[in-house]
Amino acid sequence: MLAVDTFDLYNLMERDKVLLAFKGSITSELLTSVFQIMESKMEDLKDTPKIRKRVFNVLVECLQNLYHHIDEFEVSGSPEQLSQRKSAIFSISRTVDYYNIVTGNFIYPKNVEDISSKINHINSLNKDELKKFYKETLNNGTMSKKGGGGLGLIDIARRSGEKLQYKIREIDKDYSFFTLTVKISKK
Amino acid sequence: MNDLKLEGSAKTPLVEFNSNGELLLKGRSIPENSIEFYKPIIEWIDNYGQSVNETTVLSVQLEYFNTSSSKCILDVFKKLETLSGTEVSVKWYYEEDDEDMLEAGEDYEAIIDLPFEMIEVEEI
Repeated sequence: MLAVDTFDLYNLMERDKVLLAFKGSITSELLTSVFQIMESKMEDLKDTPKIRKRVFNVLVECLQNLYHHIDEFEVSGSPEQLSQRKSAIFSISRTVDYYNIVTGNFIYPKNVEDISSKINHINSLNKDELKKFYKETLNNGTMSKKGGGGLGLIDIARRSGEKLQYKIREIDKDYSFFTLTVKISKK
Repeated sequence: MNDLKLEGSAKTPLVEFNSNGELLLKGRSIPENSIEFYKPIIEWIDNYGQSVNETTVLSVQLEYFNTSSSKCILDVFKKLETLSGTEVSVKWYYEEDDEDMLEAGEDYEAIIDLPFEMIEVEEI
C-alpha cells in the first residue's frame, strides 16, 4: 500500500515538473539549504539571470513568510499536535512557461478574513498601483519585532506580475489550511 | 571612532562602514531576522554622526534583498538623512537587465531626501 502511494506521489511530482518539495518544520537552516539548492538548480537550467533573480526573490519571500508565520503560531495540545500544526509544505516546479511556487500552512480561522481581504486587495491593483502600495507600506507600515512588515505579499505580486492564487480549507473549529500559489512567467 | 566591518554570508551582506565616510553594503541581504542584523549598522551611524567626514557616500551593491531587509535599509537611509555637517549621497548599483533592482532603488529615491546615483554594472 505504502509503495503504491509513494509511486503515485512520484508520478504526480513528475507530471507537475517539481524541482523541489518539502513537508515539515521550517527552520532558518532549512531555508539556507533550500536557497542554495535552488540557486544551483536554476543555474543548471540556463534560464536568464533576470528570471533566475526574480524566481529567487519570490522564493525567499514565500518561504520566509512561512517561517515567520509558523514562528508566531501558538499551538496548544500534545507535542504531536504541536509539531503537526507547526509543519508546512512547499514545492517549486518549472513548466514550459512558468515557475510555480506553492506553499501551504495552517492558520487560525479568525485570520481567514484578514488574509483573504489582503490578497484580494493586492489582486485588485494594477502594476502602478502595486508600486504605490508597496512604497506606502514600506514608508508607513510598522514592523514586527523580526522585521516582517506586511510587504512580503505585495513584493511577491509585484515581481510575479500575475495574480496571487490562494485557497483556504477549513479543517476544524481551531484550524484552517492556507495554500498560496505564485506563478512567475519564464518569458 | 572604529570602522564597522562584517563579512558577508549566505544570507547577509558584506558591511564596510569606514569612519572616513565610505560606507558599503555588498552581496545579499536575506536574513530571517533583519532587525537584529541591521541594529549595529544603525548604531554605528549614530556614533558617526558625532564626528562626521566632509562627505559620506553609501554604496549599495546588493544582488538580492528581502522585504524585511528593505525596511531596515530604509532605516539606514533615514538615519543618514539626519546627519548634519556632511554631504551624504547614495550610489545604488544594479546588475544590467535587473530592472527589479533598479526599480527598488528608484522607490527609495522617491521616499528619501538624499541624492541617488544609479550605477549599472555587469556583475555585483
